[in-house]
Amino acid sequence: MSEQANPVERYLRSERIPHIWCPGCGIGTTVNCFTRAIDESGIPMDRLAVVSGIGCTGRVAGYMHVDSFHTTHGRAIPFATGLKLAAPGMKVVVYSGDGDLFAIGGNHFIHAARRNLDMTVVCVNNLTYGMTGGQLTPTTPEEAIASTSPYGNFEQPFNLPYLAESCGAVYVARWTTYHVTHLKKAMREALLKKGFSFVEVISPCPTLYGRRNRIGDGLDEVKTYKQRSVIRHGAPTNEVSLGMSGPIVVGKFVDRERPTYQDAMDQFYSRKLGDRYARASQ
Amino acid sequence: MHADPAGVLTGAHFLDGDHAACEGALAAECRFVAGYPITPSTEVVERIAQRFPQVGGVFIQMEDELASSIAIAGAVWGGKRAMTVTSGPGFSLMMEHVGFAVMTETPCVFINVQRGGPSTGLPTLPAQADMMQARWGSHGDYEIVALSPNSPQECFDLTFKAFNLAEQYRIPVLVMMDECVGHMMERVVVPRHEELEIYPRKWTKAAPGEYLPYAPGEDLVPAMARAGQGYRFHMTGLTHNERGYPDMSVAAQARLVTRLTDKIKKNADALQDVVEDGVEGADAVVVCYGITSRVALPAIEACRASGLKVGWLRLRTVWPFPERLIRDLASRPHAFVVPELNMGQMVREVERCAGAARVVAVPHAGGTVHDPAVIERAIREAVR
Repeated sequence: MSEQANPVERYLRSERIPHIWCPGCGIGTTVNCFTRAIDESGIPMDRLAVVSGIGCTGRVAGYMHVDSFHTTHGRAIPFATGLKLAAPGMKVVVYSGDGDLFAIGGNHFIHAARRNLDMTVVCVNNLTYGMTGGQLTPTTPEEAIASTSPYGNFEQPFNLPYLAESCGAVYVARWTTYHVTHLKKAMREALLKKGFSFVEVISPCPTLYGRRNRIGDGLDEVKTYKQRSVIRHGAPTNEVSLGMSGPIVVGKFVDRERPTYQDAMDQFYSRKLGDRYARASQ
Repeated sequence: MHADPAGVLTGAHFLDGDHAACEGALAAECRFVAGYPITPSTEVVERIAQRFPQVGGVFIQMEDELASSIAIAGAVWGGKRAMTVTSGPGFSLMMEHVGFAVMTETPCVFINVQRGGPSTGLPTLPAQADMMQARWGSHGDYEIVALSPNSPQECFDLTFKAFNLAEQYRIPVLVMMDECVGHMMERVVVPRHEELEIYPRKWTKAAPGEYLPYAPGEDLVPAMARAGQGYRFHMTGLTHNERGYPDMSVAAQARLVTRLTDKIKKNADALQDVVEDGVEGADAVVVCYGITSRVALPAIEACRASGLKVGWLRLRTVWPFPERLIRDLASRPHAFVVPELNMGQMVREVERCAGAARVVAVPHAGGTVHDPAVIERAIREAVR
């Protein structure tokens, strides 16, 4: 019997496996989908860069066999902004968690979406800070228990697709780690979309979220996604907020066109400066 | 303005220090600047915003200083020479990324046009009170290179030099201006492009499969790879091994931190950049930098006119501090006099190296420059 290579393997730094993620964690599932999405996108690995912030999902960059950057907490997007503007031929993907991207890094997300920087942002949303021990994040649902909300959360969380759309993202989708085929397709579409594309993945953290909130282990958490999810492509994003119970609305919510930051800059300066405009060389 | 095709504004100009620093960066082939407006440094990026579209540069006004100070790192790994520019409060926000640039060995330049602090302090008025922050502001143990210009000409010269040092050692280099040199206007001579010696980035010559991103050369500096060239390298702010992979061991920490600090410690003599006048055989040496080095001159002249032997030792490179030079000098003069626009920062370094020699601080809380008469009195007191 001939041995077949795992199609995912060439995208990973196999010498760095085993990874640090807990049993039942969903981040590995998202990476699996991501590698298959890259494969289908036809984007050459040498032209792809993955930038992560800090946290469990922040470790994704280190496992991807591409140019990869593990930056500071919350600052993956501004690092990626500099990288993309300096090397416009690169496809730049920011891969990070909900705490990194939307608490400490929230300001950068809204501005990158506003500018329509040509990059893909993947947020693995496990509703908690995993690396530091299960604290409240801006996406933790109301009533949920976290180590810094021991009586339950009374803050209103962000509805990420609504935020992304409001700020100007041209592609917005949400799936869970149960929906691997849909997720892979959304990641492929996001990779091939020109402009600021955003994919939210609801993902289990059994160690620090599922256990505390009596959801069970990682598999149980995925089963609840299966039960609670409702596919509604094109759903108005103001109707897709998440709670402890009730539907998890998933699907492709936004797919629209808008000039990217770089195209807008080139067109604007060409018009204003004519021959005096010197385009940045790569 | 008639810059040459390389973006160098060759010729003699009447510029303020902020604009001169901008021209220094352009001459050094800086082609990416990220910034956030803050007085009194804003004129640097305003001029960049005007100049860059005509020389193939990219300027982006980021949402804050946190973003600016890491966007430049992204641009460097994309192949550009890059800098950010700020003042006091913004410098505080940038501290984490000074350390990130040290740890990831990202060559880049930070300009701080110093103003009075703490906090919002005196936004439009001068100080030199961020000198210790420049040295120690980011967490963890590291060495830093910081330069201090005392004129618009030096804002050009030292900004240019900062880019070269950044590339040579793969470090962030800080240009510690102050509001006075930033806003004073003087003659600035910009050389021709061919006369400028640009230190090239140390790109790896290894094949992608054999490249070790953090394996140092004999100069302790690893060769760099640029994104998109097939190297598929990893970089991280975590403690890492020669492959650039995280390594949470005591041995890896010792190896990395020692090398990062040695890059500067072992080159302290090469990095030393001072201007001396009358130091040899002096009874007192005035150790100074930035705008205060000019304010001290009339005081020194007045003392000399009355027969005192007073030396002028001006630091153009402030960090690393010229320890050996001060120790050597300390055996000769009676005293060091250290005027600075802070409550006593670099004077601590002089004290550390002065041995038995007397050290007289001339502090100032900032907002204006010293009255030269105050410095003169301090010199006279020091040699008494």
